[in-house]
Amino acid sequence: MSISEEVVLQARNVSKTFGGVKAVNEVSFDLHGGEIMGIIGPNGSGKTTLINLVTGFVKPDSGKVFFKGKELTGLPPHRIADLGVTRTFQVMRPYASLPAYKNLIVPLCSPRVKRSSGGKLGDRDIVCIDLLEEVGFERDAYVPYKIASSLPLGYLKRLELARCLALRPEVVICDEVFSGLSMAEIATMIPVIERLQMEGMTIIMIEHRLRELFRLADKVMVLNFGEKIAEGVAEEVMENEAVREAYMGKEEK
Amino acid sequence: MGTEARRKERLDRGVKVRTEKLYAVSGWQEITYLVLPRLALILGLLILPLVMPSMYWQKVLCSMGVFALLAIAFDFLAHYVGLVCLGGALFTGVGAYISGLLSSSTGLSPALTIPIATLGGGLICTLLLLPCLPLRGVYFAIVTIIYPLAIVRILTALNIWGGTEGISALATFPNIWVEVYLILGMVLIVLFALRRLVNEDYGLVLRGIKDNDQAVRASGINVTFYKAQAVFITAAIGCFCGAYLSCLYGWCGLSLFALDFSILPIAATVMGGLGTLVGPLLGACILTPLSEVLRAIGTWRIVIYCVVLLSFIVFKPEGLMNWIQRKYHQFEHWEKI
Ligand SMILES: Nc1ncnc2c1ncn2[C@@H]1O[C@H](COP(=O)(O)OP(=O)(O)OP(=O)(O)O)[C@@H](O)[C@H]1O
Ligand SMILES: [Mg+2]
Repeated sequence: MSISEEVVLQARNVSKTFGGVKAVNEVSFDLHGGEIMGIIGPNGSGKTTLINLVTGFVKPDSGKVFFKGKELTGLPPHRIADLGVTRTFQVMRPYASLPAYKNLIVPLCSPRVKRSSGGKLGDRDIVCIDLLEEVGFERDAYVPYKIASSLPLGYLKRLELARCLALRPEVVICDEVFSGLSMAEIATMIPVIERLQMEGMTIIMIEHRLRELFRLADKVMVLNFGEKIAEGVAEEVMENEAVREAYMGKEEK
Repeated sequence: MGTEARRKERLDRGVKVRTEKLYAVSGWQEITYLVLPRLALILGLLILPLVMPSMYWQKVLCSMGVFALLAIAFDFLAHYVGLVCLGGALFTGVGAYISGLLSSSTGLSPALTIPIATLGGGLICTLLLLPCLPLRGVYFAIVTIIYPLAIVRILTALNIWGGTEGISALATFPNIWVEVYLILGMVLIVLFALRRLVNEDYGLVLRGIKDNDQAVRASGINVTFYKAQAVFITAAIGCFCGAYLSCLYGWCGLSLFALDFSILPIAATVMGGLGTLVGPLLGACILTPLSEVLRAIGTWRIVIYCVVLLSFIVFKPEGLMNWIQRKYHQFEHWEKI
């Protein structure tokens, strides 16, 4: 693991209020190149909203987000993805009418991929199948060709991750890619994430599965009621009194 | 039926095995089986004008072609992009007026006014609809209903471009054969071109937008830009129809913004089967002659369309074409048990 000095993704005091509810309140963080940051917090603590703010799906009321010094705030989502910051969605909605591998044709049609491949992508179907294999699909004649709406949850999560990876992004933000998966499925996902980090990707993981997250994350940020209550190495964060109260109180009963 | 029990057995034909752009076929029978429907469609449409009993029915074929084109365009936009356009009349009206105004002011022939109206009208309609493209949900449908209604009022109030009278004495086509084969040829071209398009990578992106536009955005693709392109395709087809009609009648007026051009294509699409592209053509082939026969009863026609529309939605929501396709790919026979 080599974490660079460079700050890749930076949030400064971002806030968002939904009809009186402070979904995200003055949150800041720095993310270095090659780092894996975990974001944890109880349900409704604003994790997904924070991701929406970073990736442009929701406009912040105040605060700024930077990617390699370039301001992301105010850019539309496709511009942010084009720069190399991609995210998965917590609620899986694949392109239901297409076979699994065809789902990946869509990101392959994006300007970012066209630019980086210089128009010489080769056979797109093969590129799609390779991508699926990268996230743990079996390379057989069956699963990748199934209609996406009929895939089991575990594969949908992988497909969602593959959709991000198709862009060859610099930052991947995973919104609960482990939730709903069995232990065995998670065990096969962890090496996938580890390999991404090895390849130099910067990763944010939102998770409720703490044990698995702590195996991967270099640092952890804890949200509660939209506020950042702690940040640091997993073990230290878990010692924190506020975190225990907000989060572990429920976990440890 | 006696005591002997029988059961209907269905088998799917094996040749549906399809890889990317290649049919895995093994013999002439299977090739025939795959090519036959296409061939029947093309030849059928091309022979149809020759067997029509009178000029009157050839004219009916012309308006059938127009409604088929509008229906195919509606189907493309609704099923493959997820934008339900309830105002096809906007396109026909804009196309007709552009070609009409060009023809009356410059005296250009239809060979020039129609292409100009198709592209220019497509662009104008796309610009008109652009503000509601980033929105999701029913906004697009609502805005498309409003435009034709509003334009008719505006033209009446301002009394420009012929006002309620319209513009008459426009250049027309040289003869009936040009009229009928131009539109039927266009139907075939548009049909096969769109079928091709929706299965290309470009079409996959459009279908992705329909299924989940957020994920397409997150993939770094400008969704509004793609939607605008799809709207342009649909609008251009509609404007072609309008321009064609103005050349067919030698006249263009407010009735080219009429509800018929919005509703009948939708009825044809529902009847023929949403998402098949051929289905809307089939629906138009049934509904247009029917509406000619019913012309005697005036506006009651609209009631009949509505009944047809409703009964298909309730009793056969998949539409005729999906049903026919399914049957075509199945053997069915009775088996003793
Ligand atoms: N689009 C929205 N409109 C209104 N309120 C919203 C919206 N999105 C989120 N919220 C509210 O903001 C708060 C934070 O929600 P968020 O989805 O970010 O939580 P979360 O930490 O991701 O929760 P979970 O662990 O359940 O995914 C919640 O109270 C939620 O109801
Ligand atoms: Mg969430």
